[in-house]
Amino acid sequence: MAAVTTRAERIGHPIAIVAIIVVTLIFLAPILWITSTAFKPRAVATSVPPTVIFQPEVTPFVKLFTKRVQLREQPTQEVYDAAPWWEQAIFDNGERVLRVRGNVQPSQYGNRFINSLIVAGLSTILAVGMGTFTAYGFSRFKIAGRDDLLFFILSTRMLPPIVVAIPMFLMYRTFSLTDTHIGLIILYTAFNLSFAVWLMKGFMDEIPKEYEEAALVDGYTRMQAFFKIVLPEATTGIAATAVFSFIIAWNEYAFALILTNRRAQTAPPFIPSQIGSGVVDWTAIAAGTFLFLLPVAIFTFLLRNHLLRGVTFGAIRK
Amino acid sequence: MTQVALDHVSKKFGANVAVNDLSLDIADGEFFVLLGPTGAGKTTTLRLIAGLEKPDSGRVLIGGEDASSWSVAERDVALVFQYYSLYPRYTVGENLAFPLKSRVHNYSADEIAQRVDTAAKLLRIDHLLDRKTDKLSGGEMQRVSIGRAIVREPTIFLMDEPLSNLDAKLRESLRSELKDLQIKLGATFLFVTHDQIEAMSMGDKVGILHDGKIVQVGTPFEIYNQPRDRFVASFVGSPAMNLVDVTLADGKLSAGSGLDVALTDAGRSRLSGHEGALTLGVRAEDVAVDSEGVIEARVHHVENHGVEKIVTLRTGDQLIKATVPAISQYAIEDSVRFSINQAKLHGFDRTTGTALTSG
Repeated sequence: MAAVTTRAERIGHPIAIVAIIVVTLIFLAPILWITSTAFKPRAVATSVPPTVIFQPEVTPFVKLFTKRVQLREQPTQEVYDAAPWWEQAIFDNGERVLRVRGNVQPSQYGNRFINSLIVAGLSTILAVGMGTFTAYGFSRFKIAGRDDLLFFILSTRMLPPIVVAIPMFLMYRTFSLTDTHIGLIILYTAFNLSFAVWLMKGFMDEIPKEYEEAALVDGYTRMQAFFKIVLPEATTGIAATAVFSFIIAWNEYAFALILTNRRAQTAPPFIPSQIGSGVVDWTAIAAGTFLFLLPVAIFTFLLRNHLLRGVTFGAIRK
Repeated sequence: MTQVALDHVSKKFGANVAVNDLSLDIADGEFFVLLGPTGAGKTTTLRLIAGLEKPDSGRVLIGGEDASSWSVAERDVALVFQYYSLYPRYTVGENLAFPLKSRVHNYSADEIAQRVDTAAKLLRIDHLLDRKTDKLSGGEMQRVSIGRAIVREPTIFLMDEPLSNLDAKLRESLRSELKDLQIKLGATFLFVTHDQIEAMSMGDKVGILHDGKIVQVGTPFEIYNQPRDRFVASFVGSPAMNLVDVTLADGKLSAGSGLDVALTDAGRSRLSGHEGALTLGVRAEDVAVDSEGVIEARVHHVENHGVEKIVTLRTGDQLIKATVPAISQYAIEDSVRFSINQAKLHGFDRTTGTALTSG
């Protein structure tokens, strides 16, 4: 056999490449659509057929982040010149930014977005953290009724969550957890914990127990061996589990809608709630959705090396 | 002085008895080899001493004291695993320093560096200190894992088949290196293996383990020449000892079809008083193929081992192995005669397998 691979061998069969491009385009189309809409002028946002070439604008983002009022008349040149550049962009839409004593009034989007980050971030840390310890216990120690316990943990995921929505709401109201960050964090942690335990157990099982035993013999305690030897080996699994948990918590809609309305509301129920207020401005909604896509994309991108190894060599392969 | 002792130790895993009422004494500075087939309980015995398993009953004594309640770290033993178990994210140097950095010891940075250096030089891995462990060959990995054991001068070195994953050539050279190392350190070694050549060539003492029980403890010479039962006789030695079920009556051994041997004085003194059914054991080197031999046979199979040949002889329905000089020529189905060195006969009880002969 020739030692040198041909160009075709290196990049793959042309039909395969075409197939990959087609599938990628199909998957990316909605994302491209929402991304382009986030930068479109309002006039062409819903045009049929969709406008592909347009002058990108920041107007949708200005609308997304501010409270606005309708202009009664065209602003004078003086007013126009005095306004910052981003406000000038919305004058053309017949709106101006609402100011109270000279301060620009922000919309709720920023708060909701931060709520999402807090809730998804903390619940991911909690679920993955507890899941890692639990999985280690299940993987390494003889536990009475281990298989039954593991099945029980998994079974908490078998119920469609919405089935328990009403009891959950009543319980949350009784304990004053409705519309609180802690309430959503508890709920999402509980959602993700079973998943994290199962996923991490697979990764833990693949770490040879001889590593810890060597560390025990070398004069370390079980806890030190766990932190010094096991945890570094488990980073791949932790990264994969964290990404999946974060995505689930970040995208959760139903319970966020039922259990929060103001203070602790996350972005998913907030974005569509704007549809109800007055004229539907699809560009602003697209801008909100576009920003909402970013954290998961960034998080996944940062952990991509671990994730790839995790998915190929970890528990999911089995 | 006894360094490590097991006192009637038993350990079960579920219904499976891994170690059964086992007692063992390992003296200070001794190279003790625990030899047995797979599943005999060798590794469990090591793990019981290391404290990685707790005995169901019995005591583990280290330095004369009951160590049952001691943690793994307190036992101050070193364990070399079959699969090396080097810490994968660390370099060779970091692996060697790891045991010294434990809070149990409290060594200064200088002392750690110096000990790592000494161990690395001794094992000739000093040029690898900055290398990641996954960039090492099997032999180098095992050297590092031995190095990790010697840096902290433990009470006893426990080695769990450390050579079995290496290729034959490397195994041979590491075998003598390990033995040299043990003499140089004057340390106590407990070496577990299923390879009888390792056991015979390295051990000051060999303990044969079978079904969780110690069958025999002795020097390699004693194990080879005075096997205490049929299991030891068949397990130690290559080729395995010929074992033939015979009946002894009127000074004659007979094994049903064909094989009939009259005992000489030497044979009679070995087997006197054991008339009736027994199992006869003869090592291949005690079977002489020559034209004056008393037993007729045909050549069944010939194996060339370089320094010698092993000929399997067929007489009646019995197969007997004999060692012959490498230059001798035999073809399969050749008709030959052979005799047995009756001074080296072994007799075993047909039912219990216990040796009837001694010395």
